[in-house]
Formats: sequence, C-alpha cells, structure tokens
Amino acid sequence: MALLEVRNLRVEFPTRRGVLVAVDDISLEISEGEVLGVVGESGAGKSMTGSAIIGLLEPPGRIAGGEIRLEGERIDNLPYEKMRRIRGAKIGAIFQDPLTSLNPLYTIGRQLVETITTHTDLSEADARAHAIDLLSEVGIPAAERRFDSYPHEFSGGMRQRVVIALALCVNPRLIVADEPTTALDVSIQAQIIALLKRLCRDHGTAVMLITHDMGVIAETADRVAVMYAGRIAEVGTVRDVVKHAKHPYTEGLMGSIPLVGHDVERLTQIEGAMPRLTEIPTGCAFNPRCPKAFDRCRTERPDLLQTDGATQAACWLYDRETAYV
Amino acid sequence: MSELATEPLLKVSGLARYFDVSRPWLARMIERLPRQTLKAVDGIDFEIAKGETFSLVGESGCGKSTVARLVVSLYAATKGTILFDGVDLSKLHTRTDIAPVRRRMQMIFQDPYASLNPRWRVADIVAEPLRAFGLEADDAARRKRVDELLRQVGLSPADADKYPHEFSGGQRQRISIARALSSNPEFLVCDEPTSALDVSVQSQILNLMKDLQKRLGLTYLFISHNLAVVYHVSDRIGVMYLGRLCEVADAHDLFAKPQHPYTRLLLDTIPDLEMTGRERVPVAGEVPNPINPPTGCAFHPRCPFAEDRCRQEAPVLRQTESGLAACHAVEEGRIPATEAVTPPQLP
Amino acid sequence: MVSITQSKDHPVNGAPRSRMARILDSDLFYSFRRSPVAVVSAVITLAYFLTAGLAPWLAPYDPFNAASLDLMDAFTAPAWTAEGDSRFLLGTDDQGRDILSTLIYGGRISLIVGFAAVAFSIILGVGVGILAGYVSGWVETVIMRIADVQLTIPAILIALMVDGVARSALPLEMREDMAIYVLIFSIGISDWPRYARVTRGATLVERNKEYIQAARIIGIHPVTIMLRHVLPNVMGPVLVLGTIGLALAVITEATLSFLGVGVPPTTPSLGTLIRIGNNFLFSGEWWITLFPAVALVVLVLAVNLLGDWLRDALNPKLR
Repeated sequence: MALLEVRNLRVEFPTRRGVLVAVDDISLEISEGEVLGVVGESGAGKSMTGSAIIGLLEPPGRIAGGEIRLEGERIDNLPYEKMRRIRGAKIGAIFQDPLTSLNPLYTIGRQLVETITTHTDLSEADARAHAIDLLSEVGIPAAERRFDSYPHEFSGGMRQRVVIALALCVNPRLIVADEPTTALDVSIQAQIIALLKRLCRDHGTAVMLITHDMGVIAETADRVAVMYAGRIAEVGTVRDVVKHAKHPYTEGLMGSIPLVGHDVERLTQIEGAMPRLTEIPTGCAFNPRCPKAFDRCRTERPDLLQTDGATQAACWLYDRETAYV
Repeated sequence: MSELATEPLLKVSGLARYFDVSRPWLARMIERLPRQTLKAVDGIDFEIAKGETFSLVGESGCGKSTVARLVVSLYAATKGTILFDGVDLSKLHTRTDIAPVRRRMQMIFQDPYASLNPRWRVADIVAEPLRAFGLEADDAARRKRVDELLRQVGLSPADADKYPHEFSGGQRQRISIARALSSNPEFLVCDEPTSALDVSVQSQILNLMKDLQKRLGLTYLFISHNLAVVYHVSDRIGVMYLGRLCEVADAHDLFAKPQHPYTRLLLDTIPDLEMTGRERVPVAGEVPNPINPPTGCAFHPRCPFAEDRCRQEAPVLRQTESGLAACHAVEEGRIPATEAVTPPQLP
Repeated sequence: MVSITQSKDHPVNGAPRSRMARILDSDLFYSFRRSPVAVVSAVITLAYFLTAGLAPWLAPYDPFNAASLDLMDAFTAPAWTAEGDSRFLLGTDDQGRDILSTLIYGGRISLIVGFAAVAFSIILGVGVGILAGYVSGWVETVIMRIADVQLTIPAILIALMVDGVARSALPLEMREDMAIYVLIFSIGISDWPRYARVTRGATLVERNKEYIQAARIIGIHPVTIMLRHVLPNVMGPVLVLGTIGLALAVITEATLSFLGVGVPPTTPSLGTLIRIGNNFLFSGEWWITLFPAVALVVLVLAVNLLGDWLRDALNPKLR
C-alpha cells in the first residue's frame, strides 16, 4: 500500500464568474521513503495540490471531489482539529518563505521543543536534547548556542534549515515541500537540496517536492509528475521524464531549459502561455500550444495513458485506437 | 579575452558605488554608532565590444544589479569612470548633453509586473522614449512606430490600446523590450530579464533577445544569477562576489576551465539535468554581510585554498590561461586544474 | 518588419471595451453591488448631493428671502404634531423660516465647505507628500517633521486658530463675504498631514518600481515623473482617505459653526442651524435643532460607511 494515495482530486475556487477548477481530477501516490517531484509552471495547480494534501487550502478554495488517503486513512474530510494533529505528527510542511513557518516572537529552540512535546511523549529535557541534535543534523553550526536565537537572527539559508528541522522533529511519514529552495541563492540552494535528500534517506521520510525548477527535481526526486493547467500531463521516474519525455508539453519544457555545454543558437520554444483558469480550452488543455495536436485533442480530454516509453502521459498520441488511425 | 581591433562600446574602469546605510542621525548619536558604508560595487573594470553580450553573474548582494544601474546613470558612481563609445558619462552634466547618450542605451528590467505603469496604455508606454527624445514628428508617426515595435517583439498592433494587466508576464516583458527598442538604442542593459518568468516563457524571451541582437546589431550587458542562461546568451562573462569581479573570461573558457575557486563553486551548483548521477559536494558557508566584508580576498572564509596572504591582501585581476582571475592561489599555481563541467551527452 | 515570434496568448477579449462596460464589469463594482451597506450609503450620499445641487428647486421656500418670512409663523411645530401646520412639514424656527428649506440650503453649505476643504487638503497634502516621497533628503525631513508636529495638535484646534487669525487679519467689511473661504482654508489646512503621510508612503513604494526607473533612464524630468507616473498610482489610498475626510470636514465645519466661528448666520450651515436651535431646546421647540442634527448624523454616517467599504474593497489583503 502506498503511503499517500490521491484519487481523482478536484480543487475548486468559486468566484463570481463561475467556479474555477484549479486541480482537475488528478491521481497520484507516494510510497514510503519516496521523493515525488511535482513540477509545473505558475498556475499549473501544483501548490494547490500540496495545500489540499496538508489540509491548508486557502478559502474560498475547497476540495470538491476525490479522496486523499494517508496510510490508508482518509484525511481530506477530517475536521480541522484532527487534521491539525495529523499535520503535526504525520505530515510536515516546508514552504518557500521560511518566515511563514517560524514564529518571529519565539526562539527557534522553544518552537522546536513545543512541537516535539505536543506530538510525542518526550519530556521537556529530552525534547531539548532531540532538538539540538536535529539542529546540528541540519547543519546549524554551534546548535547549542543558536538554540535560543530568534528567527530574524538567522540568514535565509539557515532559516530554511531550521524549518527543515521543525518539519522533521516528530519523524513525520511525509513532508510536503513547496518551492523550498526558490527564495535562496544558488549556492545555498545546492546545500539545502543535498540536506533534504540526505535527511529523508536517513529518516525514511517520503517527500512531495513541489517546484517550478526542473533542476531541483532532477537532483532530488525519484519520480516526477509534470502538471499543466490543473492536470497531470506526464508521470514517470525522474530519469525517464527528464531524458525521454513523451508528452509534447514535457518535451517542449525540457527543450526550453538552457543547459551548460549545449551550444544551441535557439532554445526550443512552446508558443503562448499556460491558459488562465478562466480560459482552459476544451479537450486537452495543451492543444492550442501543441505542435502535434490533431482533431481528437480539441474535443476529448485524455487521461494518463501508457506511452511507448516508460512514462505515462495524458496525450492521445499514446492511445492505441488513435495511433493506428 | 578576445582581441578587439576596435574601441569597445562600453569601457568601465575602477567603478565603485558606496551606499550610506547608517542609522538615522539621532539613533546614531544616542547609541554611539559609527556611520556605515555598504560597498555595493568596489572597483571593477570591464569592457564590452560592439555586438557582443557580456554577462555579470553572482549571487544576491554581489553588486551586479548596481553595476547595471550605474551604467545607465540611475546611480552616480562614487569612483571610477564609464566610457560609452569614448564619451565619459560623468562629464555630461546638463540634460541636453546626456540625451544623445541616453537614447543609445536602454534597460530591460526583472519584474514584468513593476516595469510597466499600470495606469498607462501600452501605446503610451512604448511611445514614452519616442516623446522624450522627440523622435517622431506627430502622433500618427508615433503610433505607426509603436505598431511596428509591437510586431517586432511578437505582439499585435491591436495590443497597443490595452492596459498592462491584460497581459501575461511573458507578454509584459515583450512590451518592456518594445519600449527599450523604441529609441533605436545600440546598447541594452538587461537586469535579470527572465528570472521572474516560467521556463517555457523564458525560452521565448531569450530567443527573441537573440534574434533582435542579430537583426539590430545590439550590444548587451546581461545580468543574471542563472548560470545556464548566462552560458546560453553570453560571449564573455564576469563573475562577481561582494562587489568585485573575481573572474572574467570567454563563456566557453569560463565553463570549461574555471580558475577562481568561487567560479568553481558556482559551476558546481548547476543542477544535473543530464542525469549523469554526478554527486555534488556543496561548498559550505554563505555570502557574508557586505557591510562588513572579510579582509583581504572577500571569498577567503569559504575558500578551501585560502592562506595567510588571502586573508590580508585583496587580489587583483590577473591574466590566466583562460582569462582574468583575481585569486592569489591561481596566481601562485596552488590550485589543481579542474576538468570541465561534464560534457553534454545528447539523448 | 516581419514579426519574429507571433505569440498566440492574447487575452480572449480582443477589442478594448468601453469605459462604462469596464466599470460595470470591474471587481470594485461587483463588491459594491454585493454590499448592501455600501449601496445604501451611496444612495443616501448621492441624495444629499442632489438635494444640495437642486436646492432652489426642491426647497418649498427660500429661507433667506426676508420678504417671504412672516413672524406669525415662528415656532410652528412639525406638520404631524397637534400644533402643526401643513405648509411647514418640519416646522419653522424663531423667525418663521421653514425648517425643511433651511435644512436643504444648510446641507448645501455644509457639503460645499466640506468638499472644498477636502479638495484643498488633498491638493496640498498630495503635492507635498509626493515631493517628500520622491525627492527625499532634507526636503522630506522638513515636510514630514512639520506634518508630524501638526498631527500632535487636534485638527479642530488648528482650524480654530487659523480661522481666528485669518479673520482678524481681514478688514472688517470683508469678513462676512470671506467667511466661507476662510472656513474652507482653515479646515483644509488642518487636515493636510494625513494626506501627505499616505501619499509619501505610497510614493516611496512607487518610486522604487522599475517603470519609474525606466522613465528616469530616458531622462524624463522629475516633475513630469511625479505628475504623470507617480500621481495616478498613489491616488487610490488618497481617495479612500478623502471620502472619510469629507465626513470629518463636515463635522469640523459643523463644530466651528456651532461654536459661532463658522459661516455667518445669514447663510447657515447644518452646524449653524444646530446652534440656533440649541437655544430653544429647553423651551420645548425641539424640532429646530433635532432635524439639522439628524441630517448631519445621517450624512456623516453614510459618507463614513462608504469610505470604509471603499477602503476594504481596494485592500488586496481582504479581498
């Protein structure tokens, strides 16, 4: 059984111009200790998926269909208080801006100890020892001394380390990390990615890594789901998706990333931009930008299909009926 | 560095810009604090030849954006000179003296949501430089030029009557480029023009910029923190760290034979999209506070090759086998040669 | 020239829509329609303005035409009471003037003074606010310190003081004619620091935006930048403040008139009417002071609620 199972999840935003569907019927699963990358451009619905899983969708957004199961138990329909306890004990969260996860009025030590004592049976003293261990594990130099520092006394990179410690302190089964390195400088980014990778391996924690940066995914993830306009366009092992993309969108996306050592005059470019939620085309949402689109793509919406490669893609090119026409 | 027969279009020497970041006077008096100076740019030299793309890379706070703003005269230099086509910018004082130079250099900004006045129609935004420099005779001629510019950047003349909020980030960046091109400049300063954009849109803008460069013979000063983007667009690259240049070289040489330890660190942070399984060893430490930079070579606290000399004496740019580097260890031959960044293996 | 990359992602609404259609379709108008409080206060405010504008046609009598007054009608109670007279719906005052008519004319004076005072405050406050925010340095320090000092003194005291000084400076025969201008000036001057502060704050934000830098790079004159780029982008919060400021100005005017230093009794405002009526409150002629007071409260409340709604509607955090 997978650790996290998302079935036909649908997230809606009622607005005055009608209901906007931010996440449209997506299914995915994450196994124990696995790192699943969720990649997509802004507006693809990747953050919305993450928020739905940790139960922190901002109103008026709501889960309008499907189910989310953690260790086989449904967590999408829990009352707030119950979900809060699960968020503390079984799911950790890391956000782009470390300051949103840290209370500026308390020392980091106090925040760690409080989280640990709330969700475990450890005594105050044991919790403190555990917290200091964690802080040095995430690479805070002189952890014992920095224990009583306030968040503003740390640099951006160090704060993100503290947040990682906070997310890991009660040994959650799953961490949802939403753009954890985006606000950081490249050299710090590399440190944080390496840290996250090592920690999750050591603790056996599964990670859902949400990012727009294919580079981060390539470095960190085991499997990757590429999202486009609220749907999963392609899913597979990271190697297959990065090197042998099958969905025309993924293919275009990979080609549009400049690479060191690749001397190309022009980058592959996908014309146009991701549609706004109000203007999602019928059929396959990618069809107006797709160089390979044919009639069926404009009328019928594809679900994930096994491709001729190792990945699954939501593209009619890989439907047997169509392919033989 | 490539040999240039002609005079460079832009020549920057000893350029420095200090900012006064002291607390307010009263607070200083009460708490007995000294004045504080942030040396955002602290003495840098480079040249840009006509038609080439010179890039400055570095992490936040290294001073690369300040250099961009110094070059277009948004800031006045604290020290040093900027020669544009042989003209010393600091010698131009009156509005009328500066205008001809200003017409020839323009800037493209990072944030497509802040770089266009939300209350203006696209036509007015793009025509602003035309009006400022009195380039077209009347409204009809201006409008014709605006239509032409919009087409040139891949938009349609019908877009001229819309407001910025009706466009996506990529389209706004195109409008920004159209505005920059309207006065027929030769030199464009591009400050992180694609870092706020999604990758698929980034490739559109980078392609557009390359096409325009080829067609209009533009010269670019390109500022970015993204090494892959810089590799893709640049002819030559300068690496900045805490207000100074630590290495300047041709794009290929810089990535193939990086000299300065900081350059090597940066190159090691490039994500492994080739899936070579290269294990990265991230260098520890963070960029120090620029108000209180380390003595000697600013990089020495993070540098695995630092010695006493590095802690005391600031290195200057010196010729190396592949370009210029400001490093005592390189000069003394203490650093082992590195192999190039893993060569590409096309799928 | 040929286009290089024709992008397909133009917004679907191809042709620019008319201004009216845009307003009706805007989020602001939607939020307006959804808020009953806003609609009601807007209707009330609008009714006040219309009544003020159409006073000569709406008022049953001209209360300032001494010839039409008949002292025999003095102290007539409202029409629905036992002693009422059907000619005077809200009764009459000590000189036999129709209360309804004086209310309509008085409301007009109050609105004119309030409006003009706010306009004066905004012009002054926004002007120096943009200057302080854009120029910075000692200009900013001087302007903002003056504003800070003035903010430590209650606005009504400033208005009183300015009003007093201005009056005594004027020659005797001009005082009556100039009274209303003096009043506008003194209320206006008492309130500019609030606008200056808000404008300066907004200017500091705008000044660092890249579109301003783009204008500076091509050498646009700073004054032009302030007027054409900064001004339109800082007016949002100023207008919110101005709406609430209108209510405040009306109250300040009423207070000054109540204290007897406002508009002269020959052209009474709501405040003057309340003061006059106040003298008769204890002798049982309650209607002379009550109706102007109610008119004032309703106007101020409506304008204030409208301002509150506008502030919330324009605040992206609450949307």
